[in-house]
Amino acid sequence: MHGLDDIDRRILRVMQDDPDLAVADVGRRAGLSAGACARRIDRMERDGVILGWRVEIDRRALGYAVRVFLRITLDKIAPRAFDEFLAAARALPEVESIQTLLGRVDVRMDVGARDLAHYQEIYRTKILALPHIAEIEALMLVSELKSTDRLPL
Amino acid sequence: MIDLDDIDRAILRALGADGSLNAKQVGEAVGLSQPAAWRRIRRLEEAGVIRGRRLVLDRAKLGFGVTVFVGVRLAVRGRLDLEAFERAVTAIPEVQVVQHVLGVFDYRLRVVARDLPDFERILRRRIMTLPGVGAVESNVMLSDEKDEGPRA
Repeated sequence: MHGLDDIDRRILRVMQDDPDLAVADVGRRAGLSAGACARRIDRMERDGVILGWRVEIDRRALGYAVRVFLRITLDKIAPRAFDEFLAAARALPEVESIQTLLGRVDVRMDVGARDLAHYQEIYRTKILALPHIAEIEALMLVSELKSTDRLPL
Repeated sequence: MIDLDDIDRAILRALGADGSLNAKQVGEAVGLSQPAAWRRIRRLEEAGVIRGRRLVLDRAKLGFGVTVFVGVRLAVRGRLDLEAFERAVTAIPEVQVVQHVLGVFDYRLRVVARDLPDFERILRRRIMTLPGVGAVESNVMLSDEKDEGPRA
């Protein structure tokens, strides 16, 4: 797989566990010199294995107390239903993420809102205005017990 | 909860767009000196607004070709069942996200796997065998169309 060896995987495991670690410390934990470790990290960044870093921001601190996951089935009889729906949904700032799926539902998306009244307003004026929706199901987040991007390398 | 001003929000937007920025680069993006930017970032971290950083890897290049969203409904409901289920499901390394939700499911999971047979193995051996599990629905992710954090 793109010429990754066990040492590369060890480096990635260390970096996943502690993303703020300096390169020299990553190297020490992976059993490498700082220079050798830096070269491997550079190579993995160049190859696109390491895509970057993401800062995790607390939604509640920004005033977004409500998070709803929408599961949407599209009216696939319309020829460009997917493309038109996705283009319109992508443009909504309240929609934080969108994924297309293979299964009982076609698309899922995360919607953030300040409170339930705000959510209802977004839902009525923006979500229901999206084209080609056949069915919508909502799951409201109560609590997040685990949230990581870590891969079991 | 701390009060955020426009500069704080600008810092969060800059970091949200590129999590690899250091204090100097953040300062340049929002018109602050490096020490001033650093102090504000520290304050946001201490207040828990910035929870931390995550390394973002290309799942496919590392051999994880499949991401599946799994909805789980529990068959039995009681406090002990919930706790046993939650403890066991969060311990599965392939399960990246566990969310307790209200709606047609009780929990929502995001699972990474090498391929569909690998996912089937995880589903059958690890998820279906969790205490209290009733109905399970899996939807395989075809594409990630948008992935942003909250609006600052």
